[in-house]
Amino acid sequence: MTLTAIIFAGILTYFTRMTMIALISRDMLGEKIKAVLEYVPSAVFPAIIFPGIFINDFGTFIEMNDPKIFGALVAVIVGYFSKNIIATISAGLISYWFLIFVVFS
Amino acid sequence: MLTKKQLFTRGMLDISPHMLSVIPFGIICGAIGVELGFHPYLVYAMSFIIFGGASQIVFLQLLSGGASSLVAVASVGIINSRHLLYGAVLSEYLEKLSFIKKLLISYVVVDQGFAESNKFFKKNRSEEFLHYHLIGTGCTMWVCWQIATLSGIVLGSFVPEELGLKFAIPLTFIAIVVQDLKKLDHVIVMITCGLSSLLFFDAPFKSYIIISPIIALFVAALLLRLKK
Repeated sequence: MTLTAIIFAGILTYFTRMTMIALISRDMLGEKIKAVLEYVPSAVFPAIIFPGIFINDFGTFIEMNDPKIFGALVAVIVGYFSKNIIATISAGLISYWFLIFVVFS
Repeated sequence: MLTKKQLFTRGMLDISPHMLSVIPFGIICGAIGVELGFHPYLVYAMSFIIFGGASQIVFLQLLSGGASSLVAVASVGIINSRHLLYGAVLSEYLEKLSFIKKLLISYVVVDQGFAESNKFFKKNRSEEFLHYHLIGTGCTMWVCWQIATLSGIVLGSFVPEELGLKFAIPLTFIAIVVQDLKKLDHVIVMITCGLSSLLFFDAPFKSYIIISPIIALFVAALLLRLKK
């Protein structure tokens, strides 16, 4: 029963991946659409970033003094200047841990 | 001109830093599935059949919370519908491939792989075997995801919960978009998307994850018009 649902979810997911790659040819997208598609990373990833920072496990907003906000700000600053993915992630995590384990404990 | 092997390796290297967040997240995903009371084989089957991080957790949480299979499947479809946008961007670079190759490569298109390969594609348009970069990012992600979720299933949540490692996921995506903060138009698009995602967070079927990109792309289209 659950396996059937997983298979359907998998097929659906595969179609979301395959449809535009396999069934759409370049000519079907006009120049204007292509110019807008340039913004896809900036238009999609904040929908993962913002809830990941500002909404907790119970689906409610965090307090304004939540350590995640500070960690995210540090990650943005370090990422901006270092251009390094590992430095960005580590800086965010370490500053977050510093607050929860050292400052707020 | 880079060889297929060089491009594949480059893809592997370009995505590997993201494993810092992907592997802990995979372990958490596997462990949560078992904790929610699902059979370990089913939890693992998802990593192979669905192969989509957050959607796997949502799927199991919905089912264990008493939602119908239909709701769970629909939610996975909606959460993963963002791949349609990735595909639309990538199609430009993959159009020369045969239909079969397109069908195969589609299976390994994931968020971070799309992001890193897209960055590479933009700078190296003239390369003949560009798609090997995408295969490199996708396969690295696939292997790490299988190993990570499997270890979470077998070993349980050996990653201490207090560490809050789920927070590494937003951080990995910050690392992807942070350089675009230099461009005002991108900043506006990002803020639009981010605020929309908070505003529509409670929309049914987790649809905020596709509603907010659509709103943000609409704003991007308006910005393009203003620029002219």
